[in-house]
Amino acid sequence: MTLTLPPQAGPAPTLQPTGWLRYFSFSVDHKVIGLQYLVCGFLFYLVGGALAGAIRTELLTPISDFLPRETYNEVLTLHGTVMIFLWIVPVVNGAFGNYLIPFYVGARDMAFPRLNAVAFWLIPPAGLLLIGSYFIAGAGASQSGWTAYPPLSLTTPATGQVIWILSVLLLGGSSIFGGINFIATVLKMRRPGLGLMQLPMYCWAMLGTSILVVLSTPVLAGTLVLLSFDIIAHTGFFNPALGGNAVVYQHLFWFYSHPAVYIMVLPAFGLVSEILPVHARKPLFGYTTMVYSILAIVFLGLIVWAHHMFTSGTPPWMRLFFTIATSFIAVPTGIKFFNWLATLWGGKLSLNSAMLFACAFIVNFVFGGITGVALAQVPFDIHVHDTYFVVGHFHYIVYGGTVFVIFSAVYHWYPKFTGRLLNEPLGQAHFWLTFVGFNLCFAPQHWLGLNGMPRRVAEYDPQFTWMNQLSSAGALLMAISTLPFLVNVLVSAFRGEVAGDNPWNALTPEWLTSSPPPVENWKGEAPLVTHPYGYGSAPDAIDLKATSGRDLWSSGRS
Amino acid sequence: MTSLSPGSATSSPPLGHGDPAGPDSLAGVHDHDGAHGGHTSGHPDHRLFGLGMFLVADGMTFAGFFAAYLTFRAVNPLPSGSSYELELLLPSINTVLLLVSSVTFHRAGSALKAGDGARSRRWLLISAALGLTFLAAQLKEYFSLPFGLTDNLFASTFYAITGFHGLHVSLGALMILIVWWQSRPGGSVNRDNPFPLEATELYWHFVDGIWVVLYGLLYLL
Repeated sequence: MTLTLPPQAGPAPTLQPTGWLRYFSFSVDHKVIGLQYLVCGFLFYLVGGALAGAIRTELLTPISDFLPRETYNEVLTLHGTVMIFLWIVPVVNGAFGNYLIPFYVGARDMAFPRLNAVAFWLIPPAGLLLIGSYFIAGAGASQSGWTAYPPLSLTTPATGQVIWILSVLLLGGSSIFGGINFIATVLKMRRPGLGLMQLPMYCWAMLGTSILVVLSTPVLAGTLVLLSFDIIAHTGFFNPALGGNAVVYQHLFWFYSHPAVYIMVLPAFGLVSEILPVHARKPLFGYTTMVYSILAIVFLGLIVWAHHMFTSGTPPWMRLFFTIATSFIAVPTGIKFFNWLATLWGGKLSLNSAMLFACAFIVNFVFGGITGVALAQVPFDIHVHDTYFVVGHFHYIVYGGTVFVIFSAVYHWYPKFTGRLLNEPLGQAHFWLTFVGFNLCFAPQHWLGLNGMPRRVAEYDPQFTWMNQLSSAGALLMAISTLPFLVNVLVSAFRGEVAGDNPWNALTPEWLTSSPPPVENWKGEAPLVTHPYGYGSAPDAIDLKATSGRDLWSSGRS
Repeated sequence: MTSLSPGSATSSPPLGHGDPAGPDSLAGVHDHDGAHGGHTSGHPDHRLFGLGMFLVADGMTFAGFFAAYLTFRAVNPLPSGSSYELELLLPSINTVLLLVSSVTFHRAGSALKAGDGARSRRWLLISAALGLTFLAAQLKEYFSLPFGLTDNLFASTFYAITGFHGLHVSLGALMILIVWWQSRPGGSVNRDNPFPLEATELYWHFVDGIWVVLYGLLYLL
């Protein structure tokens, strides 16, 4: 079967490097940039994971023996910042968004390719700056946690804090540039004839996410600039000793950082909505309700921030409003949850690594969601505020939710990236180690928090010892689980089974081209995919290989 | 294929064994029939749209500052001897200067589109001059104020917000002068390539709009 390619003038030749060198260049190809985000993010994940390992090692014993306390503070600050700003946000938005969105809208590239490259290349220097601050003699990295609450952030060593602010400002700028690009690409770059309600769900997720990025990230940026004035110029914006107001910082910080949770998890919702139908061979259930749920989450996500501040002297009306608004978010989230279950129901599931990670996401996320609704209730929140219950809840959302989806997406799209399949037994080993390790690590933390173990401390009451050791054992399993994955992605790139263009017989447009795709995405016209989830139940209903040459990119000539 | 819409795909029997894809093996994939015209040849220009979104983001930065200012003002009492009162004359003149500069800039844009490059450049120079006068007046106000950056919470907030806005005006004035240079006879900005002027104009109107809000909140309120 050969593809009949209509003679078509390709894009004008560029001076972009080809071959592996392009991954180290200022490439404007969205696929190259997507993979740059992915690999760069994964390297930072290894750093953040090593920091998590240091934290869990310290917490093996009730006393501070593995790390000095100041170092422990630096490690936990770096762990949170690296994982959020250098791993999850760039990968789940930047990596998959850049790789997939132009395919999904039927475009050759993003709306602003150069801005896109700038957005990526802000990340490595910002990350190195942040991590490098740890090694500054006599100063060290920021010690005030990823929230950098004043007055704590005003009393800890200034150098590390200022570098932290600078780094987060750069990463925020990168994020805003990316968000502008995604909005413009989804709204303006759609192929003629492709309606908004025909887009794959990930486009909607990225549109919603990018709206949150554009509306909320600048507020964090402005706030951090004011914080840096407090540190450098000794103004008193957030310094109660100088007549300032530390709670205002919390409001402004959470105005970004609560939406940031959705910036981390909405794209994962989108990715999982792409992966489940393919491996269940069923249409995505409830497309329209999915879209409106995303928009509802975007709107509600902007008006719930103060539920992080129930212990900050918030007045009763504020507590009431933010409890109710937060509880409301469970409605659109629940709709999505049931839609995924209904997508799986009666499907012809192939339980490969991608599917296992996606299904585990559903399990983990519903647990994290339920503890989230519990945390929205003021009486409960006041009891567990700043305890390990919050740590457990948060990791169920961002690790059990988003990171599981990232791995699922890597198994799903790796054949598209490289043209080769990942090894399935290694993938299963990776999955089971991750799933067991993750739950072993974070489930006990709920118990710890309910019983009063505070977070962000290097020492704890001896009664919590063995539960902490259980958690650390889970962390060890998670660390080990990275090995089969690393071996898999490295070896399969050269020796993996050749995947062909469309190993999953998927219908979304990125599969309707070669693997890896050509620079211009499709030879000839982009296919018009109006029903990206049009999977039938008959086993022979989809045979893309037999028809691709005629149907995929002919211009009516063959 | 026309019978299938995403709605019908979702409303088909979801839990049973319906066949929403229909008999066609490629339910979702349509040939491109060429009737939609060439989409791939030229890259359509979305730069103004992108700039608009950037300005939304920029506006949110100001919104955060304003929210902080209003909360400080509502919650945090100033030390005795300080007050929120400011001289109104100079900033009011400044408000007029900026509003007029928006009009003159609009004139410059209209002139360029009408093909009158010389008139467009005159209006650009006037707009830049108004912007620079605004900055000079702002500096004069800074040096005549009875408080410094760290004197009290209001002083810090005042300098932070007006300073951030002043940075915007400085950048805008610089951009106007660059566009003025680019639109010289034989320059790159002309009737066929008005984007740099349009972008600067959009930005300038944004900066003026922010000032009006700032004036209302910091000086009048």
